[in-house]
Parts: sequence; structure tokens; C-alpha cells
Amino acid sequence: MVSTAENMETTAVQETPKLKVSNLAISYGDTTVLKDINLEVKTNEIFGIIGPANSGKTSFLKVLNRMDTFNSNMSFEGDAFFNGLNTRDLRNLYALRSRVGVVFPLPVGLPLTIYENVALSPRLRGVKSKEDLDIIVERCLMRAALWDEVKDRLNSLGSLLSGGQQQRLTIARALSQEPELLMLDEFSIAVDPVTTMRIEDVLKELKQEMTIILVTNLVQQARRLADRTAFFLNGECVEIGDTEELFTGNVKDERTIGYIEGKFG
Amino acid sequence: MNQDNPTMPDKAAAFDQRDRDWYIDKAVQAIVFLGGISAILFIIGIFVFITKEGLGFLLRDFSFSEFFLSPWWEPTDEDEPTYGILALVAGTASVTGLAMLVAIPFSLGAAIYVGEFATGKKREYLKVLVELLAAIPSVVWGFIGLSIMNPLIIELFDVPVGLNVLNAGVILGLMAAPIMTSIAEDALKAVPDRYREAAEALGATRWQVIFKTVVPAAKNGLLGAVLLGVGRGFGETMAVLMATGHAINLPGSVFDSVRALTATIAAELGETAVGSPHYEALFTIGIFLFVVTFIINLSADLIVRGVRNQ
Ligand SMILES: Nc1ncnc2c1ncn2[C@@H]1O[C@H](COP(=O)(O)OP(=O)(O)OP(=O)(O)O)[C@@H](O)[C@H]1O
Ligand SMILES: [Mg+2]
Repeated sequence: MVSTAENMETTAVQETPKLKVSNLAISYGDTTVLKDINLEVKTNEIFGIIGPANSGKTSFLKVLNRMDTFNSNMSFEGDAFFNGLNTRDLRNLYALRSRVGVVFPLPVGLPLTIYENVALSPRLRGVKSKEDLDIIVERCLMRAALWDEVKDRLNSLGSLLSGGQQQRLTIARALSQEPELLMLDEFSIAVDPVTTMRIEDVLKELKQEMTIILVTNLVQQARRLADRTAFFLNGECVEIGDTEELFTGNVKDERTIGYIEGKFG
Repeated sequence: MNQDNPTMPDKAAAFDQRDRDWYIDKAVQAIVFLGGISAILFIIGIFVFITKEGLGFLLRDFSFSEFFLSPWWEPTDEDEPTYGILALVAGTASVTGLAMLVAIPFSLGAAIYVGEFATGKKREYLKVLVELLAAIPSVVWGFIGLSIMNPLIIELFDVPVGLNVLNAGVILGLMAAPIMTSIAEDALKAVPDRYREAAEALGATRWQVIFKTVVPAAKNGLLGAVLLGVGRGFGETMAVLMATGHAINLPGSVFDSVRALTATIAAELGETAVGSPHYEALFTIGIFLFVVTFIINLSADLIVRGVRNQ
């Protein structure tokens, strides 16, 4: 990385992929659940990941912001580079995680008020003034399509919202980090179709500001949003390609078509 | 049944018959109910007993202002016995207060370490150790107060006696800390891991996770732990009897000897004639202690329960 930066000073910044994963393998104990993953995610693209249950999508995301450290059973081999830096060697994982927003499939509203849920991350990075926090909270809740429902009760507990509302609260919370990389794991699982569409529109706009990895069970959602899509199956990355190509049948592996057309999964 | 409703198939008759399982179920319910209700009966029984024993004093010699506001506890004075518990309340309160100053940082710190930082074997050992500490009999603590703390305080602070508020407060604090640790740790453990992970995924450090997420979520349980510690301090007898110096005193500093409510009852009850005013006055102290500890424990329990139900 260093040598590239020296040789091509002007273009290096643009050419460094936001994320580069090489020979990644993930295990829980002795069981390997994902292996031989090699891929790059470019800055400001939406990168979709599709695949049936158990294919290792969630585990993949967990390694990217080093949430593997939460589980002593989980380990990975190979490397993941964020902005060209190997996440294995980072000396401050907290800083990495604060630059990467994650939305889990099962929403976790923290047992704080709705306002504090969204204000927590800005507070952690040192935003103090009430006006600034108010602006951030309102903007993030707007973008997560939750503002209208909660604007009159910002001081009630976030953990008492409905499942779908908590889901959007976690999206707002991830946005409040102003992340460089936003990782969404089946975000629409508990969200109604109309709201899902509103959030999808927001994601298309957010692409200007950040890079997005979108794990989804809805293949059509990947088609609507993702620039490129990877297909994970049973712990392997079967195919990575331009989304439109994959969905028009231009695939290298027949299994991809099979999955997209709903023949198995 | 079948005759009333001939179209019903035979099997339906089972709905209307009580079989063996049904009776066993009822019997077990009754037994368990008795077990549960007996706790209430005991409490009421104890309360009735101490009230009965203290009633004569309450009706005859009791004066509210003397009892609560006079520092003179002189029940054996030949001419004019006085029954003022102010000094005893001050003794109990000062010792309990100091004990909490010692126990709260210790126990919350220990609970946070055991619950949030220690892992695997270390955590299990520490938990067993804390439970063991909680099981040390109070007379042992009293002995430590007498034979270790006493000379230590005399030497360190150059005071004539080492049996005082400081000694008893430290002993009581160390005594209450394990049980408080145990309950506080339960409260921290009741906070689901997904909250910690969600906060950590935001980039919060361990410390920030604990102080901004876990402790606020567990605050009722932590408060309950502290209150139970206070209740424990209030009701403790043996260690306090041994470590306070047992001298009636309104303490002016931690180096004054004091006397606690409980210790007074324990020390004097055996020497009084049953039914005498002195005997009854001691039971009136008992009623007072009972009511106060009951209120403290009840509120602690309600607070802790409140957390569980959330
Ligand atoms: N904490 C864990 N401990 C042990 N094994 C795990 C753990 N989490 C996931 N696994 C295993 O890893 C494999 C991949 O799981 P993962 O959650 O990554 O799949 P996924 O693609 O996200 O599935 P889904 O679409 O159902 O969310 C599964 O076989 C699962 O059993
Ligand atoms: Mg998953």
C-alpha cells in the first residue's frame, strides 16, 4: 500500500478500495463456516450479498468491523483491509468500529431513551452541544423513516418500541456514527414494505456519502439497490459480479441463476 | 353427560371427569401454597410476639420524645430510669453509614470486574470466593475487629481505644460487601449481552459501554444491592457488639466508641427480669428495628423486582 501511495500520489486515494478481503476464512471453534473469500468493495458503491441461510453472510460482516472479538469461539484467517489498513493490526479497534455502522437483523434498541440511542455515538466522539445533537438526532431519525412516529416521544425508552421501529432506530443509530462504511444485515426483516421502500430510497442517496454493504434475503432488493452483488453459498463465495449482469443471466456459475430464480435456498 | 347430550362422542366425557393427575396437581398446589404462606405467617408471628412483649412498656412508660430524642439509655437507674435510644440510633447509623462508604465502592467495583471483565475460570473462582466471603459468620468478623483492627487502629492513629465507629464501620463494610457484590453482579448479568455488543459495535470502549449502557440499565438492581447492604448493616449484631466498644455515646468522630441498637438488646436481654420495664423497653427497640429493616428490605426487594420485570 505504502509503495503505491508513493508512486501514484494523486490516484492512490481513489484507487484504494474501501474494503479489500483476501483469502478470508471464518471458523467457530473447529468448524469453518466461510472460506476462500476474496473481494473488494469500492468507495461509494452499494455492494450486495445474497445467499441462503447459513451461508456465512452475517459472520462475514462481523469480521469486517472485528466483532469477532466479542466471541472467544470465533476466529478468522486471511486478511481484511479497511482503507488499505489491515484490520488485524489496528491498534485501536474502537476507532475502526466507530467508522463502520452496522445494522443487525434482530434490532437492538439500547435501554436508553430514543434520543439517547441516536445521540450516544455523537456523544462518544465528543459532540457536546445540545443544538448539534438535536440536529443530528432529527436528521438520522428522518433518514431512517422513523422521525414522524417518534418525534413526540423522544424521551421514552428505545427498547420499548415495536420491532420494526427498533429496526429503524438501529438504522438511525448507525447513521449517527456518520460511518464511512455502512453494513446492513437483512434490515427489512421486521419492516413493512412501504417503509422498506422509503429506506431503500434513502440508501440510494446515502451512496454519495458512504460505502454500503447490503446483506439481504430478498434478491429483488439486491437488484434494486446493489451496484455489484456477491452470492454466498454454504460458506463459499460462488460468484461476484455486476448486479444487472447476474440478474440478466450473465453468470459464471449456474447455481447463481438457480438461487436468483428461486430454485433452491 | 352423555345422556344430556347424546350427540357428543364418548371421549368428551373425559372433560368432565377429575382423574388422578388432576388431584395430584391440586394437592401439590396446596402444599406449595402452605410453604409459601408459612413465610408470611412467621413474619406476622414474630411481629405479634415482639409487639406483645413490648406492649406493656409502650402503653405505660413510653414517651415519644424521651424514647427517640433522649441520648440517655439508663434503664437500670434506681431512682429514675430513662429510656432514650438516640445515642443507640446514632451508633447504629454512624457505623452503618461508614460501612456503606467502605462497601459501596468495593462491592460495585468487584461486581463490575467479576461481571464485565473477568472471563472463564477466573470469573468462576472469583464468584465462588465472593460467596465464601459472604458465608463467614459474623462472630469471626467481630473477632477480627477485636484482635486485628483494634491494635491496628491504636497504633496507626495513636488513639487510646481501637474499638469504635471506624473499627465497626470497616468490619461491617467488609462483611456487607460480598453479598452486595453478589447481588450487584446479578443485576449486571441481567443486562443482555446484545446491549453490550450493540454499544461496542458503535465504537464505544469497554468503559463507555459499562458506564453509558450497562450501569444505567442495571441501576435499579445496583440500588437494590446497596439497600440490602444497608439492611444488613442495620440488623447486624455480633460483629457490631464486639467492634464498637459498646459505650453509649453520641459520636463526635470515627474514633468514638458507640453502642448499636441490636447490640444493646443482645447484651442486656439476658440480665433483665421477664416482664420488667427494662425487658419491655428492649422489645420496643426490637419493634423499631423490625419496622426499619422491614422497610429497607422491602424497598430493596421491590426495586430489584422492578428490574426483573422490565
Ligand atoms: N456464535 C456462533 N457460534 C457458533 N456457530 C455460529 C455462530 N454464529 C453463526 N454460527 C454458524 O455459522 C454459520 C453461518 O452463520 P451466519 O449467521 O453467518 O449465516 P447467514 O448467512 O448470516 O445466515 P442467515 O441468512 O440465516 O442470517 C452457521 O452454520 C451457524 O451455525
Ligand atoms: Mg445472517
